[in-house]
Amino acid sequence: MIKKLLTMASAVVMITTPTFSETIRWARAGDSITLDPHAQNEGPTHALAHQMYDPLLQRDMAGAIIPALATSWKALDNNPNVWRFKLRQGVKFHDGADFTSEDVVFSLNRAMADGSEMKELLSSIKDIRAVDTHTVDLETHGANPLLVNNLTNMFIMDKGWSEANNVLTPHDVAKGETNFATMNTNGTGAFILVSRSVDEKTVLKSNPNYWGNNLYPTEVSKIIYTPIQSAATRVAALLSGQVDIIQDVPVQDLDRVRETNGLKVATAAQNRVIFFGLDTAEGPTSNLKVRQAMNIAINREAIKKVVMRGQSDPTGVIMPPFVNGWTEKLNAYPKYDLEEAKKLMSEAGYEDGFSITLNCPNDRYINDEAICQSAVGMMGQIGIDVTLDAKPKAQHFPIAKGGEADFYMLGWGVPTFDSHYIFNYLVHTQTDKRGSWNPTGFSNSAVDAMIVSLESETDLGARDGTIAKIWGTVQDAQMYLPIHNQVLNWGMSKNIKFDVQPEDKPHFQFLSFE
Amino acid sequence: MLSIILKRLTQSVVVLFLVALISFLIFRYVGNPVDNLLGQEATVQQRAALEEALGLNQPIYEQYFDFVWSALHFDFGNSYRGALPVAELISSRLPATLELAFMSALFAIIIGIITGVYTAIRRNSFLSKFILSISLIGVSLPTFLIGVLLIWLFAVELKWLPSFGRGETIQLGWWSTGLLTLSGLKSLILPSITLGLYQLTLIMRLTRSEMLEVLDQDYVRFVRALGLSNKQVHFRHALPNTLIPVITIAGLQLGSIVAFAIVTETVFQWPGVGLLFINSVYFVDIPVMSAYLLLVGGLFVIINLIVDLLYLIIDPRIRDNQLIGKA
Repeated sequence: MIKKLLTMASAVVMITTPTFSETIRWARAGDSITLDPHAQNEGPTHALAHQMYDPLLQRDMAGAIIPALATSWKALDNNPNVWRFKLRQGVKFHDGADFTSEDVVFSLNRAMADGSEMKELLSSIKDIRAVDTHTVDLETHGANPLLVNNLTNMFIMDKGWSEANNVLTPHDVAKGETNFATMNTNGTGAFILVSRSVDEKTVLKSNPNYWGNNLYPTEVSKIIYTPIQSAATRVAALLSGQVDIIQDVPVQDLDRVRETNGLKVATAAQNRVIFFGLDTAEGPTSNLKVRQAMNIAINREAIKKVVMRGQSDPTGVIMPPFVNGWTEKLNAYPKYDLEEAKKLMSEAGYEDGFSITLNCPNDRYINDEAICQSAVGMMGQIGIDVTLDAKPKAQHFPIAKGGEADFYMLGWGVPTFDSHYIFNYLVHTQTDKRGSWNPTGFSNSAVDAMIVSLESETDLGARDGTIAKIWGTVQDAQMYLPIHNQVLNWGMSKNIKFDVQPEDKPHFQFLSFE
Repeated sequence: MLSIILKRLTQSVVVLFLVALISFLIFRYVGNPVDNLLGQEATVQQRAALEEALGLNQPIYEQYFDFVWSALHFDFGNSYRGALPVAELISSRLPATLELAFMSALFAIIIGIITGVYTAIRRNSFLSKFILSISLIGVSLPTFLIGVLLIWLFAVELKWLPSFGRGETIQLGWWSTGLLTLSGLKSLILPSITLGLYQLTLIMRLTRSEMLEVLDQDYVRFVRALGLSNKQVHFRHALPNTLIPVITIAGLQLGSIVAFAIVTETVFQWPGVGLLFINSVYFVDIPVMSAYLLLVGGLFVIINLIVDLLYLIIDPRIRDNQLIGKA
């Protein structure tokens, strides 16, 4: 009996494991948290959602905004508070339903509902109106010239499907809810969900009616997505040919992957900057000279070479190079100068140094703890006795932003690709609504006002001027010590043609084979 | 017999309450789930509101009593990560862990007893010495390192076995099994060895020393003097007496196999409850963590109970004493 079952089972396995060369077996460290496209604002969750759902517009593999479900958009000439989106014709959801403006109105409202993690990105929206079946107006409180930047991960669901399955709002964790959309999808995207087993395996197949079939390569016919948490196992899976592409290649294994026959490493700068924050309100670091001394006592090149094995891009500003407001000048980092640093320390009255604790995550950024360890040594050279306190991110973040830390590490990605996103969270005075990640005690009402003004300034030239001014103040205040921008490394089979996306989100419709 | 079981059960309940209490005290130090739930764009206001809604700002004893009260109704709440009911999540992951634990226990017990007996009987042979020195690896190397080494050798270099996952599984009702497919069985080999190696060495060494001790006892000499063959002496008379402590330890170890599976499951991306627990710790998914700890606690308690009862069956002296005591 068992033998019979066994043969049957292996026969089934043989039938259901086709050997298409177009199958992509994709692995990364973490799984998507939920398939509900509005319930989480998190990288791996969005990366998977992008295969099945489309936003109105999206970022391509180079990070540039391209049309998706909307074909064009512009602010109305007579009213800059209204953005008009023309929708793509003839698009169908996976279940065959037509895509129209009512789906857009429904989805954006859903993304603004309680329980949605996406609602902050839409906080400037006042009203969403369908003008006709394929035109939608988004009205904002005051002009919002950068609204479209916030829509690149704002996925569109089918209204009818959502009503039929009672998923009118994202699940609200606080209410202990769960819903149909966490395990089922109905999007317009290039791939259709076949099966999903959380933390184990998610299988997608290509969508024969995908609107982009004639626009993009769409050569992948099947995606098998497996999260592999342990870095060594992930690399082993690639080396042994059990997966075709992995994100998050650990820096120490890059050479090994590169030197393996049939494999390659693709590299690109990531939209994430790593830095230290300092308490400017109390203690020795409240002295500007101390902060300046610490800034030039950090040997960024050594960190790049020794800790990151060349895989980082040292910087002098807490802003990745993709972001509006970035300049070469801001990016230039100060010379590593111990003599000058010691001089500044003694001018500040700390020639004998002081003791401080460095709070650091150990599971969030590439080699986070190792970077902190090297900083401990570097600070020691100018007499600062640093005690390292490295913790998992779940414990680190409450400390890092709660104002308890005097010296802490943080990384920041900028999904809107605009400086305002950095200012709003890291520079604005900590209040109920803004500055939630600025525990440094830095508070400047003129800067706060300028940050708020960025939200409605429609003259882009004047706006860029304000951005530059705010950066000037931030650089002078030196409450943050920039270290580097992270570099992304994807390991993959040689026959895959695929660019590394700066947000670390592969879009498999763009992948082609050689 | 019944009174022993009842006494044991009462003790077990107390133990479980304590497990829940201790895990709750630990949760205070694992961090705050609110950040993971709200994302980086959340305002200070929203965070405070969610903490309030989740009851995280209540004193720890109130959270504890809430949890125990719901757990008594078999309601473990919903996972913060993914929002699925905890009971459903754990029961969907349990088959993977139990199959892995079962296979590694089987591996450890069979190989452990065989090599243990062999090294006791042929104590001076080259093979015995070889086995004993190899077994040191099992005790001294940490599990994750053994796992990585095995992956490197059998998956990367030789490409014989898969490096991660469960392979193809077949759904039998709510139980998903990897035992019925070739890829499922192949996937079980490396994790089972990794997880079972420590237990194997333990069982082997225990069997060996017990066997040596038993072989030295008077009754064995008498049996030999009776002229029984070596085979009969070893397997008929010595082995059963050797096995009593071995079974105790092996049984107790079954609980730790399930608990230690956390590391093995992480190394092999084995989709069991251990991996679920690790992910919950990263996410500060308190409902899943507390339910898992209760589950493991419960498992240990049940295994101890069974081992105690097995003792009664195997060893007539204990049973008889109990009977006399009762009389």
